[in-house]
Amino acid sequence: MPKIEGIGRVLVIGSGPIVIGQAAEFDYAGTQACRSLKEEGMEVILVNSNPATIMTDKDIADKVYIEPLTTEVLEQIIEKEKPDSLLPNMGGQAGLNLGMELAESGFLESHGVKLLGTTAETIRNAEGRQEFKDLMEKIGEPCAASELVENIEDGIAFANKIGYPVVLRPAYTLGGSGGGIAHNEEELVEILTNGLRLSRVGQVLVERCIAGWKEIEYEVMRDSNGTCITVCNMENLDPVGVHTGDSIVVAPSQTLSDKEYQMLRTSALKIIDELGITGGCNVQFALHPTSFEYIVIEVNPRVSRSSALASKATGYPIAKVSAKIALGYTLDEIPNAVTGKTYASFEPALDYVVVKIPRLPFDKFIKAKRTLTTQMKATGEVMSICTNFEGALMKALRSLEQHVDSLEGSVYKDNSTEEIEEMLHIVDDRRIYVVAEAIRRGIPYDKIHEITMIDNWFIDKIAILAEMEEKLKSCITLDRELLYEAKRLEFPDCVIAEWTGKTEQEVKKLRYQWGITAAFKMVDTCAAEFASETPYYYSCFDGVNEVEDTSDRKKIMVLGSGPIRIGQGIEFDYCSVHSVWALKNEGYETIIVNNNPETVSTDFDIADKLYFEPLTPEDVENIVRLENPDGAVVQFGGQTAIKLTEALMKMGVKILGTSAENVDAAEDRELFDEILEKCCIPRPKGHTVFTTQEALKAANDLGYPVLVRPSYVLGGQGMKIAVSDSDIEEYMAIINRYHQDHPILVDKYLMGKEVEVDAICDGEDILIPGIMEHVERAGVHSGDSISIYPAQSLSEKIQNVITDYTGKLARSLNVIGLINIQFIVYNGDVYVIEVNPRSSRTVPYISKVTGIPVVDLASRVILGAKIKDMGYGTGLAPKSDYLAIKMPVFSFEKLRGAEISLGPEMKSTGECLGIARHFNEALYKAFLGAGIDLPRYKKMILTVKDADKLEAVDIARRFKKLGYEIFATRSTARVLNDNGVLAIPINRINEEAPTLMDLLLEHQIDLVVDTPTYGDKMKDGFIIRRTAIETGVTCLTSLDTAAALLTSLESSETGHLSVVDITSINTVKPDTIGI
Amino acid sequence: MGIVMKAFLILEDGTVFEGESIGVAREVISEIVFNTSMTGYLEVLTDPSYAGQAVTMTYPLIGNYGICYEDMESLKGWPDGFIVREISRMPSNFRSEDSLQNFLVKNDIPGICSIDTRALVKILREKGTMNGMITTNKNYSLDEVLPKLKEYRVTGVVERVSCKDRQEYVPGDIGSIKCHADRNITVIDVGTKKNIIRCLLNRGCNVTVYPCNFDAQEVIASKPDGIMITNGPGDPAECTSIIKQIKILSDSGIPVFAICLGHQLMALANGAKTYKMKYGHRGANHPVKNLETGKVYISSQNHGYVVDIDSIDRNIAKPWFINVNDGTAEGLCYCNKPVKTVQFHPEANAGPKDSELLFDEFMKMTGGNE
Repeated sequence: MPKIEGIGRVLVIGSGPIVIGQAAEFDYAGTQACRSLKEEGMEVILVNSNPATIMTDKDIADKVYIEPLTTEVLEQIIEKEKPDSLLPNMGGQAGLNLGMELAESGFLESHGVKLLGTTAETIRNAEGRQEFKDLMEKIGEPCAASELVENIEDGIAFANKIGYPVVLRPAYTLGGSGGGIAHNEEELVEILTNGLRLSRVGQVLVERCIAGWKEIEYEVMRDSNGTCITVCNMENLDPVGVHTGDSIVVAPSQTLSDKEYQMLRTSALKIIDELGITGGCNVQFALHPTSFEYIVIEVNPRVSRSSALASKATGYPIAKVSAKIALGYTLDEIPNAVTGKTYASFEPALDYVVVKIPRLPFDKFIKAKRTLTTQMKATGEVMSICTNFEGALMKALRSLEQHVDSLEGSVYKDNSTEEIEEMLHIVDDRRIYVVAEAIRRGIPYDKIHEITMIDNWFIDKIAILAEMEEKLKSCITLDRELLYEAKRLEFPDCVIAEWTGKTEQEVKKLRYQWGITAAFKMVDTCAAEFASETPYYYSCFDGVNEVEDTSDRKKIMVLGSGPIRIGQGIEFDYCSVHSVWALKNEGYETIIVNNNPETVSTDFDIADKLYFEPLTPEDVENIVRLENPDGAVVQFGGQTAIKLTEALMKMGVKILGTSAENVDAAEDRELFDEILEKCCIPRPKGHTVFTTQEALKAANDLGYPVLVRPSYVLGGQGMKIAVSDSDIEEYMAIINRYHQDHPILVDKYLMGKEVEVDAICDGEDILIPGIMEHVERAGVHSGDSISIYPAQSLSEKIQNVITDYTGKLARSLNVIGLINIQFIVYNGDVYVIEVNPRSSRTVPYISKVTGIPVVDLASRVILGAKIKDMGYGTGLAPKSDYLAIKMPVFSFEKLRGAEISLGPEMKSTGECLGIARHFNEALYKAFLGAGIDLPRYKKMILTVKDADKLEAVDIARRFKKLGYEIFATRSTARVLNDNGVLAIPINRINEEAPTLMDLLLEHQIDLVVDTPTYGDKMKDGFIIRRTAIETGVTCLTSLDTAAALLTSLESSETGHLSVVDITSINTVKPDTIGI
Repeated sequence: MGIVMKAFLILEDGTVFEGESIGVAREVISEIVFNTSMTGYLEVLTDPSYAGQAVTMTYPLIGNYGICYEDMESLKGWPDGFIVREISRMPSNFRSEDSLQNFLVKNDIPGICSIDTRALVKILREKGTMNGMITTNKNYSLDEVLPKLKEYRVTGVVERVSCKDRQEYVPGDIGSIKCHADRNITVIDVGTKKNIIRCLLNRGCNVTVYPCNFDAQEVIASKPDGIMITNGPGDPAECTSIIKQIKILSDSGIPVFAICLGHQLMALANGAKTYKMKYGHRGANHPVKNLETGKVYISSQNHGYVVDIDSIDRNIAKPWFINVNDGTAEGLCYCNKPVKTVQFHPEANAGPKDSELLFDEFMKMTGGNE
């Protein structure tokens, strides 16, 4: 029972769609908080627009609303559900802002809703720029001097006052565009002029530059009694200047003496005490590298990405404890769940080193600027734990799954030492490799430090790795001592093998012979001071194994999905966690292996055992040797887990569910073609190729346009539509950047309607929860398309064909568990374009809207249960009473220079859902949830490629009817005007002013519709799209999306939205359509 | 790092850890304890309370920021031995003047690295603190060593660490704030850390430090405004003559504040009992709860003995602080006399400064300007 009286119904706000800077960590925090509240007997009402989350499950909350996160929607939910309190600090900045708006408008008070945890005043003091500065001044804590200026003169005056260099940040521009560092007045004038123009409000923040200082964070907790503790401190390897989300971070701090450590700790506690925070809080500091001077950079009065990292790094469940504190408990009353003996009022002591490395999306956006700045660009991160820093770094590097197993830098072999030194000045995701190369070239530590400002301690650690690399490469015989030391530093067998001229098997054999094997240690919050109960483990090579194999139950290993990246997101964590729960329910002991600190799956109370390890064959084998699992489940962890199938089989681990051969059959073009032929299922014509020559021949044979892609990929990585030989040459070069073990596919491109199904198959029967239809025509990646359930435009006949094909394919591939199939409906015929014998990104969404627990059923099927006994019927399930429209959400504004036009390669980072009984309302909600809230100024820009021009006329006419003023590039305007739609022609960027660019910078444009020409070599369209994104203008690159938006705008159902509690969606379990 | 010399840590229970020698290559027998602080190895090494013990650091990377001599808590390193997992080859900090390895050598401290310190801690946790030997002799014989280990007892450590002569300090000394002094405080040094004295100097005290063989009457006759009894090493019950003198001080009416060993000696002087804990409290993360306010502070701790909370006559003293983890006595407030004592270290170094305000409370006890 809560200690504060009158709390019984708590509203929890989630963080909405996954975008860069606000990712899975809030699902982790929110889920933990909800479970913690329920533990105390609370009824939990949850709101989040993101359907891929675990928190939006009916197992987690009592009432679940997958609705747009706007004040209007929340007010309606509050009126309907009548909660007595609101917990706003679990949903990131989005959740916090909403809670604040509701508090400040007086709505909460008038509806008798208490704000739990931190008060509105505290949030204002922490978040308001001026309020925070005043408060820091009051308690004598230093902030970086800054001023908001509206003209050049004020900027110069302030810069002169605080001294150069200064940082300039335009207000309300996205992705840090228009900002920069000015070292003198000339640079200041240049950057400021541009920044003032780009800023929607004409303001630029001028700030003292502290780039190069040490960046240190403290995660602190405070209860209502004023007790304050530090959970963890962290030090960034990358000094101030790189967003902490994009930095390599190590916990605890490594280069701080106790004096510095305690100085900053004292400051952090003083700040949260003064702010009166109750719950978790993050304080970021910049510490001068050669003095005790420090500056408070920022305070986040809520759970954050850093708090998720700190929780995983220490085992201290920050979100859970925060929720308890919000209910009035004090830290000394909340048990430490890890030890079971101590209390939450205790500071974790680590006896290991934790390294976090961001997962950056430059493999997806190869044209985007790789420079790392104060604008976060990472989509996700990996964490690793080891007894030494070098080992933790090595483990983290290979956890990234970016074809990198060490710091070896053969790509730099042609660069001169001078060039390498020059490259040290570039701050991007490759810097650590350049540092390693600089060390190899003998550039002195001090020189490297002077350029990068990376602390010499870290440089020396990188040097230790470079030295080991050299020792291995030059050793005559690999002796025990050298091999042990290499393993202690976590060099993988495959790398040692390559450098010593052995096979991986030989290295492994030597290791076993010499007894060099991984030992597992426990993360226990207390450095072994107390006996602990947490089954949370990491490996090292320099210790005694302490993990006991105690259970007599059958054990199943579930492989997680690694870091969040575009194409493999939070939905696979949803699937992994649900699978673990289902297996547990069936009485099995579960083991999860994963390396992503942001996720629910790496919470130590999800599976019976958690191994926080890289997902590579060698790392997994270490666990297998210890645990000897009775089976492994790979189909829920995305491509990361699927890739381990073969290795697991070689270790003698039984793959539960669809077998490896059948996974192969779906990916292997020839085998797959045989199966299709046998089932009489058509697919677009295509060929497999390896070389550019073969690709050209195939493309010309099929006729352009063709689709080019590697097999065994996720998220359509490297997938392109080619319309000419030169496209083929370009794309093949991109694909072949990495060695391809598998052939490349060249298929005829059919521009039809794309349809997707997820199905469960037990070898005999199938169950299809629903058919989803995409708004955008084939050619746009399914993850980037607006997806509608149930499909609206398909005849019953087509639906029957799809159901029939799904059944045939699932059975032919001997699928046991989940299968995802994508079809194209073209000229009334159904073609198969892709089959994935595993869970997909649509599984959480379809589960929630149909009420069919897809992962749970699939997990039981994997264990041998039969679909017909499960009570959900077989075949295609009846349609739900509700429509659900999934809207992709992008983070383009965060990635300068990234091409935003949609194509076969996935680019979205997240999604939101619109659920309603009627199509238009669902669509409106979906757009609203994605942050598209129109109209505002009713001005738009239209520029379309020639092929789209006639189609654009109708679109333009409809916008006109809504009162929109249309600006168009000359050729588009001509076609519109010729067809009786008034459009104002506007000059292209390289023409005379005013141009399109000037129009955008007036900040009155609602919308840009720009359909790019395939293989567009002109930069014009690209610049328009980027400018639109960076100035916050909605930019659509597909006419289908534009048409959908129109439909939503035209509908009058935007006044009062209905809100749907998805736990009330009844699962219909009658006889379903047989096949 | 030069040539690696093998070293062995042999425990009383027969466990042997094989690692590499650090510091001086000298054989030593000592009581093996562990400290969970993640920073502050130099403060630990120079804390006189570790005299007679070999300290294991649970944090695996030690020596990262080198040696900043101004952070020393006394004039030299005290532990009999130092046990770490990894010693940094590249100290890096703007104040660093030396490496940890050099410091150990200069202070004649033997040690061992490259051992699984976590495995060692688990043994100590399960079986309790025990004696051990650090040696570089690979031809050791367990049959000979183990009886010696079992026999070994630490005695007379307080005398070893206490100053030999009376010392005077004024504000501005030993890196304290130069401020106006408005009171005189006597410090009874049973193994003091410098920062206890510094905390007093920073608050405007002239400080007179007495060695542990002080005469209570002499102290009383000097009419100090307050008396501070410091931390220190060893078994408190062994210090019978000091306890007698402290009894006299405690009845003098002069305000007394005592820390750690001082707290234990005061309790013994007032009839309570102490006992040796299974493996003690050594670290910078121990929560202590003020029973008057309910507020919890994270404290720095270093003690193997504790005052038996049940042995305290509630008419003589009341528990003031308790340990949140195990409920042991962390502070006593004496009835009818101006005496307050704490088991933990409000002077921190290493560790959090959350409870430094207890020095302010002591200033209040001594009257005058606060």
